[in-house]
Amino acid sequence: MEYGLDLEYSFNEFLKGFGLSSEIAHIIWLPLPMLLVLVAAVVGVLVTVWLERKISAAAQQRIGPEYAGALGVLQPIADGLKLLVKEDIIPAKADGILFTAGPILVLVPVILSWLIVPFGQNLLISNVGIGIFLWIALSSIQPIGLLMSGYASNNKYSLLGGLRAAAQSISYEIPLALSVLAIVLMTNSLSTIDIVNQQSGAGILSWNIWRQPVGFIVFWICALAECERLPFDLPEAEEELVAGYQTEYAGMKFALFYLGSYINLILSALLVSILYLGGWGFPIPVELIAKFLNLPINAPFIQVFTASIGIVMTVLKAYLLVFIAILLRWTTPRVRIDQLLDLGWKFLLPISLANLLITAGLKLAFPQFFGG
Amino acid sequence: MSIAITTQFICFTVLSLVVIIGALGVVLLESIVYSAFLLGGVFMSVAGLYLLLNASFVAAAQVLVYVGAVNVLIIFAIMLVNKKEDLKPINDINSRRVISTSICLTLLSLLIRVDLTNVWSLSSPQNSIGEESTIRIGEHLFSDYLLPFEVASVLLLMAMIGAIVLARRDVMSKDISTGLPVDQELIEKSSEPLLTNKN
Repeated sequence: MEYGLDLEYSFNEFLKGFGLSSEIAHIIWLPLPMLLVLVAAVVGVLVTVWLERKISAAAQQRIGPEYAGALGVLQPIADGLKLLVKEDIIPAKADGILFTAGPILVLVPVILSWLIVPFGQNLLISNVGIGIFLWIALSSIQPIGLLMSGYASNNKYSLLGGLRAAAQSISYEIPLALSVLAIVLMTNSLSTIDIVNQQSGAGILSWNIWRQPVGFIVFWICALAECERLPFDLPEAEEELVAGYQTEYAGMKFALFYLGSYINLILSALLVSILYLGGWGFPIPVELIAKFLNLPINAPFIQVFTASIGIVMTVLKAYLLVFIAILLRWTTPRVRIDQLLDLGWKFLLPISLANLLITAGLKLAFPQFFGG
Repeated sequence: MSIAITTQFICFTVLSLVVIIGALGVVLLESIVYSAFLLGGVFMSVAGLYLLLNASFVAAAQVLVYVGAVNVLIIFAIMLVNKKEDLKPINDINSRRVISTSICLTLLSLLIRVDLTNVWSLSSPQNSIGEESTIRIGEHLFSDYLLPFEVASVLLLMAMIGAIVLARRDVMSKDISTGLPVDQELIEKSSEPLLTNKN
């Protein structure tokens, strides 16, 4: 809290001006950032779906959505409305309770993980001490939901898809956590705010991607595998399993899976930009620019300006990564399940272990560059 | 009562109810799949109780290890087997139930005794460390709890090697249960290319 906007403080002071107690003001404050982030996540999904349709069309030399709004920007909303009004079908021999609980269990942990995504010094829901570890823990709940929906559908393709999803998710969680651990080792903190601040020293030069190039690639591959994006979309491989664990789902329950996977993709892209690409930091430090232009860094309008630059930078970096993910999806073939598990256990796991070991050694040898 | 304390009390009540009812469901339900999923719910609520005690790192570790690893593996194993057959009826089911109930009640009375005799109040309530606990746990693991920590890792390594030996049938030439020579063919079928040699 050294500098930067503190919206919570000002909001509470504003409400106290009306004679409300600080507790009441806090309770009125609490839902606001949550709602804001939820809306941001859903709008992010709409944008990503539109991008996916347009970029895939460009990759295949088609036009893509064209008639729903200018350049088809309303197409994702039309998709959402269609799913909303579709009949909600539970197959006769399916297990009703587990069938309904499955999609919820898939979606809720993903949305909860947005708790720790910072868009600025004070622009996040909660700066919890365990920070990035919360995301790793929460993302490990997801396979239970996948297994649950796979089992409850009472369909062999669904069951196989659920099993594959769980196997994939477990195998890629370990290299993912190990590459995060290397970052945490350099930061001396689990908090996402500290991780970004540690990279903010010299603009683009101090981003973690230069110090952790191997970790960056391992993390990105694992994040794609966790999101079940092509080339790792085996749980829903169309040619083999119809649609995997989603086969029996229709209407809003299917939409929950759909939302979950896209929110997860955006979340992964945001986390890559926070862990490796300097989060909300501008390639040239904003403080330097302000000093160069002789502007006071603590003036209110400069504060608002830096905060908006922070949000724009975070979103820009995240969407650059989403763009790469979409390009990957439409240009690479799918791997086989044995290749997938081989890649996870025999290649990424040893590499991320070695990366962690080397990072620890470098930290001892050059504490000024690798965090002391 | 302030709003914070009320919220804490409501959370505690709900979590305890979920733990107790869920745990009873794990033991008493006939369907093994429901039991496994309820077990995950119980683990989650225990993590919630840790959160209420300001131990956020322990809570996240509980979710990661018990829900994300242990429970997923249990469900995974159940689904891989996934036999749709009824269990064999056991003749002396009633006496078995009496024995297991009495053992559980004995354990419960032991726990209640510990609960009643132990002094739970901390010497200084200001001593709670909250977010600092992650650092403290790390310090303890690498100083006074180093030996248990390392022994646990050796134990896990042994379990892993054992699992690999059991899974790789070429290590042992005889099946453990039947004593027959192991059919090595099944592990790696010769992968002949499909399209060549077809003259």
